[in-house]
Amino acid sequence: MNSTRSLTLPLAAMAAVLFFPSQSNAQEQKPGPDAAAQPAPQAQEKPKEEGDPFAPQPAPPLPPGMTGSDTKDPRASLKPGMYDAGEIARGMKHVAHIKKPDAFQLQATSSDDPSVQKVLGQLGIGAVEKMPKALQLVIAQLAFANSDFAFQGTHLFQGNFYGVNIYDISNPAKASLLTSMVCPGGQGDVSVYGNLMFMSVEMPNGRVDCGADGFPPEPAPESGKEKEKRLPVPQKDRFRGVRVFDISDIKKPKQVAAVQTCRGSHTHTLVLDPNDKENVYIYVSGTSFVRQSEELAGCSGEGPEKDPNTALFRIDVIKVPVAHPDQAAIVSHPRVFIDPRSGVVNGLNNGGSHGKGEEKPRDTDQCHDITVYSAIGLAAGACSGNGLLLDIKDPVNPKRVDAVNDPNYSYWHSASFSNDGTKVVFTDEWGGGLGARCRANDPNKWGADAIFNLKDDKLTFANYYKLPAAQGDTENCVAHNGSLIPVPGRDIEVQAWYQGGVSVMDFTDPAHPQEIAYFDRGPIDPKMLVLGGDWSAYWYNGAIYGSEIARGLDVFELTATDLLSQNEIDAAKAVQVKELNVQNQQKLEWPSKLVVAKAYVDQLERSQALPADQIASLRKGIRDAEKSHLKEKQVAKLRAMTEKLAANASSAKPADATRLQALAEILKHPVA
Amino acid sequence: MSSFPVRKAKICAPARTTHACATGLIAVLLLTFAPIPSRSQASGGPSVVQPGAPGEPTKTLPNDTHATLPPISRADVDFMQGMIMHHSQAVEMTALIQSHTENKNVRAMGAKISSSQADEIRMMQRWLAARGQATSMEMPGMPGMDMGGKAMAPMPGMLTPDQMTALKHATGTEFDRLFLSGMIQHHGGALVMVKDLFNSAGAGQDAEIFDFATDVDNSQRAEIKIMQKYLEELH
Repeated sequence: MNSTRSLTLPLAAMAAVLFFPSQSNAQEQKPGPDAAAQPAPQAQEKPKEEGDPFAPQPAPPLPPGMTGSDTKDPRASLKPGMYDAGEIARGMKHVAHIKKPDAFQLQATSSDDPSVQKVLGQLGIGAVEKMPKALQLVIAQLAFANSDFAFQGTHLFQGNFYGVNIYDISNPAKASLLTSMVCPGGQGDVSVYGNLMFMSVEMPNGRVDCGADGFPPEPAPESGKEKEKRLPVPQKDRFRGVRVFDISDIKKPKQVAAVQTCRGSHTHTLVLDPNDKENVYIYVSGTSFVRQSEELAGCSGEGPEKDPNTALFRIDVIKVPVAHPDQAAIVSHPRVFIDPRSGVVNGLNNGGSHGKGEEKPRDTDQCHDITVYSAIGLAAGACSGNGLLLDIKDPVNPKRVDAVNDPNYSYWHSASFSNDGTKVVFTDEWGGGLGARCRANDPNKWGADAIFNLKDDKLTFANYYKLPAAQGDTENCVAHNGSLIPVPGRDIEVQAWYQGGVSVMDFTDPAHPQEIAYFDRGPIDPKMLVLGGDWSAYWYNGAIYGSEIARGLDVFELTATDLLSQNEIDAAKAVQVKELNVQNQQKLEWPSKLVVAKAYVDQLERSQALPADQIASLRKGIRDAEKSHLKEKQVAKLRAMTEKLAANASSAKPADATRLQALAEILKHPVA
Repeated sequence: MSSFPVRKAKICAPARTTHACATGLIAVLLLTFAPIPSRSQASGGPSVVQPGAPGEPTKTLPNDTHATLPPISRADVDFMQGMIMHHSQAVEMTALIQSHTENKNVRAMGAKISSSQADEIRMMQRWLAARGQATSMEMPGMPGMDMGGKAMAPMPGMLTPDQMTALKHATGTEFDRLFLSGMIQHHGGALVMVKDLFNSAGAGQDAEIFDFATDVDNSQRAEIKIMQKYLEELH
């Protein structure tokens, strides 16, 4: 039995006892009926009672016509636990786990303090050396949550609500912590470029100087003035925006710029202009409130009718001169929601009223996350009520070319393109990631991926994909961040689902997405929802990294199954990049190596695009060429096989035709 | 100290500076303990650093540094308690749908609101309970608040008793109209509550309340737009 289980019930009671621990003796002797009324029932083993704020509620019945998730999946019933939860994997292997560093957790407090001893005694917990971990977690679930990743060379950057941790991943299975950088202020979305690291800050506790204490609450109001409206005092030391760090000393990042924005930065996207090597750009997505103009001049949260310069209905673009990052500054505020005909800035709606006559101004007023794909000159914006397609050939002035909506979508959260730019996968973060939304009765069209075809700058819906396994009601779960896995010939994404774990999805056929691998843990706690699970799961140079909100950093490897062969995995590993910022999508290019050819052959066998004897002779030819270290005689034999492949391609299905052509190209010019 | 029968902790400045106003916050209590003496940082091991403002040097912190929490404010607690009451009425409204209308749009939207907000009520209750706060506002007044034992005023956008009665007695299209317009009004009130929260000094510095309030604003704003469309289609 894990320790969290036994501690759950007394927790609320403990909270109750801790009211005014320094209160007068009179108060202690007479707790009074009121003081005990609320949380007391938990201490008496009645977790399902109405009054227990920690007992989860089961999902309501499925709406008519909707389907939920599979409760028979082995992932639906894993053993709970913080570090000893049950784990299950298919098609992947968990190779390393590193706990969150102490600098990013509350102290496992010594219980020497007499008042703590007393409380613990009252709870019947008995002699414990430290404040139990479960209690710390409940108090500070998100405050120290791990968030998104960026990668550079052998370094992994893990964002956190409290700062950034940097790991050495030269050997992924033995990843080790290099640097904990304390700098709170929101979820700490992070990206890297050369010697620069960028970080998003949006919360009101963000300070220019990276201080951890935030700002003090107002003193109590004077007597008789309790009801008077008091606006926050403008704070010159408050920071909401994008920080820029110099990371030339990886163990001691230095802040070189801090660009303030009106709504702060919930996420940001690194944008590289192929025609401008002197500068990099940052698209800033702000989803939070607009601060007062007294704190940052020019900020207005009014509607566009009242103030045409409103900070709503726009994104912000920061230009960062690479040689002078200290000069980073906002250069534009693109009105990506504008109605191009009328010019109104709030021209996008999310109600699905396409083609219904007069379009009224509506207000999708923010993007949550933008993925840019400079190689095709497009960006996909996941923008609250809409999915947007932006033309970014002029990166300072992105222009909307299409927008879609979906009545099943709550919140357009993130996006990724297929490598060939013909598909976009959007995610719906229904419930903001705080709720259990993958229960058996949660519809599989809610909080799911939506896969769209992309052609001639138009998005067309193909299908939904949601984690197929039902999750418990104490597991926060919804679609979240993922990246492509560079398996040639297929569109494969690895994706995080919070406590739903990691799911690897094949969306080569966008109408029929299919899960091909997964990893999952049991809930952190069996009786109450403690936030945790994977925020992001990304492939980087051969391994999959999971950013576990509460538990730390996970490293995985793919393993061969009938749905993904070893050759396909090895071909994916053949793609090596110097940097990875997932929202700045780079075109994947495969080397002309025979391992890539073998992956294509495996796929052509799986899809039955070629007869068995042709598969066998291709494999033999490749094997002989490999054994001979690409002697010309063996390579010539491979080349001879390509004519037939061209003929096969002319009558094959589109996906197989692409594979056949790519295979033929490698066989003509293989490299070691 | 107050002579009222206090059920709600008052909120203090970060407790490391004051024991005198220790509260029900477990977090605050945790922070009152003296830190364990620092070990010197081993060279070659991981570094713990804290940058300064732009241009300022980065500090190296002791290896055994632990995290601290920003303060929570009275406005945070009021928001959570008020929003529980607010959400409860939304759930109550959606419970009528099953027996009052066959409209598919209304049914689907109602199911989503019910599921979302019931779940969020639990989240808010957890947040409050873990911080030693009462999970409801229906209580006698507390120091410094002029409530005198009266029931709390309804939160912004909540339906009046008359509106609730009318909704309960309507069926079919009339119910759809009252439900959609009522829920639009109700959601509009939630947006006001979020705005008020972030307009309060020192509020929203807790990560969970910040994310939750932001999500309420984003998702209910989106739902309002969808319901406005459904409402137009009724005519």
